[in-house]
Order: sequence, then C-alpha cells, then structure tokens
Amino acid sequence: MNSNQNAVSVKNVYKNYGDVEALRDMTLDFPKGQLTSLLGPSGCGKTTLLKIIAGLLPATKGEVYVNNQLVTTPGPDRAFVFQDFALMPWASVIRNVAFGLELRNVNKSEREDIARKYITQVGLSGFENSFPHELSGGMRQRVGLARALSVDSPVLLMDEPFSAVDEQTRRKFQEDLLDLVKNENKTFIFVTHSIEEAVYVSDQIAILLPRPSRVSEIIRPSGFRNKDADSIRKDSEYLDTVEGIWKSLRSYVE
Amino acid sequence: MINRSLSLKLLSAILIFGAWEISSRSGINYAFPTFFESMSALFDMIVSGLIFKAYAETLKPLVVGVLISTFLGVGIGVWVGLSEKFDWLVSPIFIIMQSAPLAALIPLIIMAYGIGLTSKTFVVCIMAMPVIVLNTSGAVKNTPSSLIEMSKSFLASEREVILKIIIPSASPVIFAGLRLGVSAGFIGAILAELKITPTGVGDIISYSRMTADYPSMYAAIFSIIVLAVIFLNVLERIEKYLFAGNNKGYIS
Repeated sequence: MNSNQNAVSVKNVYKNYGDVEALRDMTLDFPKGQLTSLLGPSGCGKTTLLKIIAGLLPATKGEVYVNNQLVTTPGPDRAFVFQDFALMPWASVIRNVAFGLELRNVNKSEREDIARKYITQVGLSGFENSFPHELSGGMRQRVGLARALSVDSPVLLMDEPFSAVDEQTRRKFQEDLLDLVKNENKTFIFVTHSIEEAVYVSDQIAILLPRPSRVSEIIRPSGFRNKDADSIRKDSEYLDTVEGIWKSLRSYVE
Repeated sequence: MINRSLSLKLLSAILIFGAWEISSRSGINYAFPTFFESMSALFDMIVSGLIFKAYAETLKPLVVGVLISTFLGVGIGVWVGLSEKFDWLVSPIFIIMQSAPLAALIPLIIMAYGIGLTSKTFVVCIMAMPVIVLNTSGAVKNTPSSLIEMSKSFLASEREVILKIIIPSASPVIFAGLRLGVSAGFIGAILAELKITPTGVGDIISYSRMTADYPSMYAAIFSIIVLAVIFLNVLERIEKYLFAGNNKGYIS
C-alpha cells in the first residue's frame, strides 16, 4: 500500500516514562477513509499511542505523519473525542460544540450555525442551551462527538469514547459510528478494550500487546462490512473473529 | 418553592430576633438591649443621617481594600497555581498571614503607614488577601487535566488555556475564597476603626459603648452584619451571571 493512501503513519515510535518503556518501536499505518481500532488489554499503551498521534504527548523517539506531514503538536488536521467527554461544565451545549471553532477565531454567528448543524446531526437538537450536568452520559458524549465533527478535521481520534456510557447507548453509538464512517470521508482511529466493539466497527484492527507495547497482529474483517447493522452481530465471520482475538489475548489478561 | 424558601427565611429571622428580644427582656445584662430598642436606635441614626456619614467613612478602606485584594489576590493566586517556583516563593507568606493574629501587627502598620486611610486599607487587605490567594491557587492547581488536554487538542494557546479553561474551571472555588475574603475584609475594616482611629461605624460602636448607649452600639453592629450579607449576596449574583453552568456543581 503506498503512503498516499494512509492518512496517518506512525514510524518507529518509542515512548518511555522514566525507566518504564510504554511503547517500543511502534510502526503502524492508518488507511484513509477507514476506521482503525487499537485494541489490547489495559496497560498496552493504546491511549499513549493515540495521544502521541494527537500531539498531546511527545514521543521519546520516532515520527508521526498526518497526510505525509510530520507532526509533533496538535493541529487542525486532527480532532479528539475524550473518554470522559471533557465538556466545560460552565458552558452551554452550543458553546461546547463550537469551542473548537471559537479557538480558531471563527466569528460567533458563523460558528453557532455550524455547531447547530452538528448538534442536529448527533440528535441533540433542542438541547443547544442546556448545560452538561443536565444531560445523560450518552448525550454528553454526543456533545463531545459534535465538537470533534464541527472542526471538520480529516482525522478523528477517539479514546474509548463509549466506555463511560451504558450498554444500550453503547450499541446505538456503535451503529451510528458505522454510518458516520460510511457518510463522512474521514479517517477514524478508535481506541477500545472491547473485542466485540472493535470487530463490529473496524475496517482494520491493530492488536497491541503490553510490556513493552508492540503490534502483534493486524486484522481486517471484510466479509460482513457491507451488511446492515443488525445482521453483523449474527454473522459467523464476526463471531469467529471475536473468538480468535480473545484466544490470542487471553494469556495476557491476568 | 420561592414562597416557601422566603417564608422559611422569614421564620428563621423571627426566631433569632425573638430569641434576642426574650433573652434581653429576661434581664441577662443591663448592657444587652432588646431587639426593638436596637432597631429604634438604628431608625434614629437613619433619620439623622448619622449612619450614612459613618458608612461613607467605613466603606472607603473597605471597598478599596476589597477591590485590591480581589484583583491582586486572584492574580497572585492564578500565578501561584501555574508556576511551581512562584508557589514555593509566595505561598508560605500567605499561609503565615492567614494563621497569624493580625491585631498584633496593627501597631507596626501604624508606625509604617500612620493612622490614615492607608493603614486601614492595609488592614483590610491583609485580612482578605490570604484566603483569596490560597483558594485561587488551590483551584487552579486542581483544574481537570482532561479539560486542559481538550483545549490543547483544539489548538488553544497558553493564554486561551488560562482564560477559557483554567479560570472558569477554578471560578467556583475562587468565588468561595472571595466570599471568605470579603467577610474577613469586613472584620478588618471594623478592627481598623476600633484599633487605629475611631471613624465611621467603628466610631459609633466605641463612642456609644463609652456613653453606655447600648442600643446604638448594637444597632451599629447589626447594620454592619446586614451590609456584609448584602455584599455577599451581590457577589453570588455576579458569580451566577458570569458562570451560569456552575450553579449545579461539578461534573464533566
């Protein structure tokens, strides 16, 4: 695969916290327009890798390329969805969603128009002037998603975005995410510790193993990708892939 | 609901003033006037305009001192919260100031700044500032790191991180510090008038005590309490206006 088809490339990245080696010689490509999951047991460095790609953490050694540009700091080409939502409790939903644009000095009426569009897209219209504490966990994460979408970055980084919401909401989110990948021409990098979730939503799954973290396997589930949301969970390739990943990971779970 | 909370507030006031009235009438002490005697003394002072002249004096060091403490205190507090070196340099001073018995310092302040407005303002400041600085710096240090990360990932500059994330996030605790600081400032203002030179409300208190006009003395003390409560309410309104979403505490 040539490098033009990769939205993000991680090349020989090392990360040390003092004496602890969190990432060793990590090399990984993220194809354009697809969703890649980073999957692994806790402590395998998947969030660390995501934050290095985001430019929030410096790599000890190695390079990260976004659209063939070397990056070391956050940039307009990447937007982040946080595990704990990271909403400003003092700001209304619309200000939270428009915050990325506010920091880019887009004027108020324009950024609120854009924000309103994405608030509607994530299904929160009517809640523009609510505050985060008035929303459920799932709705808060929708605000976080709308905020990331509204800056219109080609790459979306999602750090276990559904782990703090309840199971039903989570399933709905996963189905919505499939639509999002299909309809928005964006590259998604998705960190999760749920095998089912990774297999369900991903075009490509990178399995990371801990201590020191390395890529053990890359899986590209393909057979059921075009099926509708409901039948994926019953598909035999889906079930086999989940089973296969669990077999290779179980020895690393203490 | 509003009517209910209002009626509870009224009930609370009636209970306290009633207890005051009854305990005074039971003759605990000849220097303890009844509630109604005190209120009629207050009414006389209002009619004669004496109380307004007194507050014109008292409010000068109080307002100036509280304003200085607020801006300087929040400024220093934010700086202390952001810079570890400045924290080491400055925090001990304010921790000592907060625990030191201030009245003992007043003679020193008089020697340095005389008996005028400067000294009184200074007393208000050193009463009000430590709690404002310490609360602000603590709140700034406790800014949720995920909010800072969020703003950086959406390309906030250092300045924007401070103005749009750290200060709003610290605001509930900053305002709690301001409330304590303003109350301490009131204590400082009265203390200064009792200890340095009797002016304003402090003068009414000490003069009426000397002439055994106890109702006037209690009326003056009562009026300063009422003023302090009004001040704190205004502060709360300002907070609600500036940071509407903070009303319901902290969750992200």
